[in-house]
Amino acid sequence: MSVRTLRIDGRDVASGEGTTVLEAARDAGVAIPTLCHLEGLSPVAACRLCLVEIEGSNKLQPACITPVSEGMVVHTATPRLREIRRTVIELLFTEGNHVCAVCVANGHCELQDRAVDVGMDHARLPYRFPDRPVDLSHQRFGLDHNRCILCSRCVRVCDEVEGAHVWDMAWRGEHCRIIAGLDQPWGAVDACTDCGKCVMVCPTGALFHKGDSVAEKHEDPSRLAALLQARRARQEAP
Amino acid sequence: MNGLRCCASAGCLARGSGALIGALETAISRAELGDRIQLRPVGCLGPCSQGPLLALDPDGDLYAGVGPQDAETLVAALARRLHQGSDQATPLEWAPARGERLDLRAPFFQRQRRIVLEHCGLIDPTDLEQAIAVGAYGQLERVLQGWSPERVLTELQRSGLRGRGGAGYPTGLKWATVARMPGARKVVVCNADEGDPGAFMDRAVLEGDPHRVLEGMAIAAYAVGADHGFIYIRAEYALAIERLRLAIDQAVRRGRLGPALFGTGFGFSVELRVGAGAYVCGEETALIASIEGKRGTPRPRPPYPAERGVGGKPTLINNVETLANVAPILREGADWFAAIGTAGSAGTKVFSLTGHVRRGGLVEVPMGTSLTTVVLEMGEGAPEGSAVKAVQTGGPSGGCVPADRLDTPLDYESLQALGTIMGSGGMVVLDQSTDMVALAAYFMAFCREESCGKCVPCRAGTVQLHGLLERILAGSASRADLDQLETLGAMVMDTSLCGLGQSAPKPMLSTLRYFRGDYLARLEAP
Amino acid sequence: MPVPTKPESFMALEAVLLRHHRSPDSLIEILHQSQNLYSYLSDPLLRHVATRLKLPLSRVKGTASFYHLFRFQPPARHRCVVCTGTACQIQGASALIEAMEESLGLQMGDRRGDGWVSLSEVRCLGTCSDAPLVLIDGTVGRQQSSDGLRRWLQELEP
Repeated sequence: MSVRTLRIDGRDVASGEGTTVLEAARDAGVAIPTLCHLEGLSPVAACRLCLVEIEGSNKLQPACITPVSEGMVVHTATPRLREIRRTVIELLFTEGNHVCAVCVANGHCELQDRAVDVGMDHARLPYRFPDRPVDLSHQRFGLDHNRCILCSRCVRVCDEVEGAHVWDMAWRGEHCRIIAGLDQPWGAVDACTDCGKCVMVCPTGALFHKGDSVAEKHEDPSRLAALLQARRARQEAP
Repeated sequence: MNGLRCCASAGCLARGSGALIGALETAISRAELGDRIQLRPVGCLGPCSQGPLLALDPDGDLYAGVGPQDAETLVAALARRLHQGSDQATPLEWAPARGERLDLRAPFFQRQRRIVLEHCGLIDPTDLEQAIAVGAYGQLERVLQGWSPERVLTELQRSGLRGRGGAGYPTGLKWATVARMPGARKVVVCNADEGDPGAFMDRAVLEGDPHRVLEGMAIAAYAVGADHGFIYIRAEYALAIERLRLAIDQAVRRGRLGPALFGTGFGFSVELRVGAGAYVCGEETALIASIEGKRGTPRPRPPYPAERGVGGKPTLINNVETLANVAPILREGADWFAAIGTAGSAGTKVFSLTGHVRRGGLVEVPMGTSLTTVVLEMGEGAPEGSAVKAVQTGGPSGGCVPADRLDTPLDYESLQALGTIMGSGGMVVLDQSTDMVALAAYFMAFCREESCGKCVPCRAGTVQLHGLLERILAGSASRADLDQLETLGAMVMDTSLCGLGQSAPKPMLSTLRYFRGDYLARLEAP
Repeated sequence: MPVPTKPESFMALEAVLLRHHRSPDSLIEILHQSQNLYSYLSDPLLRHVATRLKLPLSRVKGTASFYHLFRFQPPARHRCVVCTGTACQIQGASALIEAMEESLGLQMGDRRGDGWVSLSEVRCLGTCSDAPLVLIDGTVGRQQSSDGLRRWLQELEP
């Protein structure tokens, strides 16, 4: 694999061809915020948090899918990008009903973490207070649409890793909602293997274990990468 | 021999041209003049706002507002003239009861240059033989029998043709890129998902001269090395769908589409795909997803469709009007085409002229024609007692040109400099009664509703922007809200994943640029 | 007409599925034909399509629900549509919507509980020279006035 040298926030970085800017930045110790991205799942570049400036291009590029190239000069934390990230987080907070104080994921929530990162102490945009349902029909898990940020991690993990494809995105625009089966109660969908991977990768408290109460959801989405690693190792074993 | 051409496009059909055609058929057969008067349903004749339209040959006259009640008197007048032994020498003494004979010296007709629409309104779109008689598939045959694909590509590039769907990307370059891609199976897609509200150019072309588009696709396929094509058309265009289905069937049966065309090794098949009500599917990556039977959500580019399109194959996507330009370019030569229009924008452009305008309809003018010419001369300006305030082009991705800038030439760059776009050709004239803030809110509501919901700025940003505009309309917004509107608008443009979100704030920003006073007047007193 | 619920009741769809080689690529075409045949996309119908195309249920419903023209409940007996394309919008579509809402006692986008009538909008029918337009049970009303519309609605069969 040939090597590409580039500059990220003033640091010289050498990365293999085909590496993304996000990976190269993380290797170099530069943290770029993400939400929809999760190692081990296909990238969708939907949350737009990881947008970066690349010199010579007037368009912002999502770091999660942009491959490194020779001589590339990347800026990941300019004032313009900071402002954009704060607005993205505000848009997410105001379109759902995110009440940290009563959430199972309080303290272990990626949306909450990102809000802290970008310094969102209040929302400048009005809250929309949508009327969204909660699905408690599954024996072990629950789905609270109020906390869903439509990152589609659950859809991807269920399809790409578990192979069950219980979840999919349905409807359109502001009416988008993840559905199980034919938009049925989760518990009524035969295809579900009860594996819990969707709960594991959910960045917020939208998908949770039923027993958990406030701040008790301690899932670590990065466990997915370890799980995939282990699975690969087993498959490759003689 | 006299000919009667009656518009059977959706506009005139809605005004009763179907009944008119029926009445004329009856009257002609009752007068036993079937062999002396040929009646043909044809595509769009132009000034739709005056339909149903009827053209008389060989006189070349055009009658407006013709109804079924006029059939008897018209056939009687034609019979009288025929009995006098003449089919043209004397002008026909006849006028429709509630309509009129149009003055073809009017700018509406004189200022047009019909290339894309050259056969639209002349031939019966349901009759392949009539299309062939005026040259349909002639260029395909010529190309297949002696031209290399490279020669086609060179000719297209030299012509200076740019995409008519809105972005204006050089067509020849797009073709050459797909041609260079490795892979034996490539795909040509005709984007007929004409979704901009107020735009109906592609509908008119497909309803009036569908074979022209199929020929363009086949030539494109030969040039880029494709063997299969799709036409993606919006479901709202029932008549265009019907005509296309028929045209594809006819072309296959007549050996104009299918395997081994004109005795060569080249084959090309076309499939029709009907949309299901999603504006975003006009965006090329969303269109590909939809053709593949998926949710019509765009994906980031690269990879561009030229590299990876339908089914992962290299794919060429062109709009209807772009493809309709291909045959005349090859017939008359690249130099001929390049000489029409302006240096940067060659050829003609079809516009659908609607809104607050006295004479609306379909017009085709050389690029570089000014808006003054199109709106004030051809369209004859705003209705009595009113005046033009602005002209909206480019639909939900475009903006407004204020009345004092109507001298702007219609070419890609000049419109862009004004903060709008050429777009696909929708041109909505707005008179002084138009509330520009309400118009901005209207377009934002459109984008809010048509957002696919995949990326955050477009999904949630358009909702917030629409909310802010509604607040301004209600008179309860402050100066800070106006600032927020502009900041958030810029953010949505900069960060959205696809063209829909990236241009959603444009109509709003354009009205803010030219009609800021309309906004300020509505703010709460500080 | 009772809605068929058992797979064997969707026999008419077999020809369509065959014509499209049961290919998932043709899902949208097949949904169009399904809706034409059975008037709307019921859950049993969607389940049948998913099974025959070997697609996950959520993929089929997720795709169908993306597109505005697919219905998941029986269509109303009378379908009233207002065109809200730009030309119609600036020439009085809002007044027509108001007249519709008032006369029918419905909000835009709603369908009366008993299935008698529904009210929806379409973004541009493409015959803008006749703006503003309405469409009632497939019949186009051109250069439609609010008063004329009210009279038209009164004449709808109960």
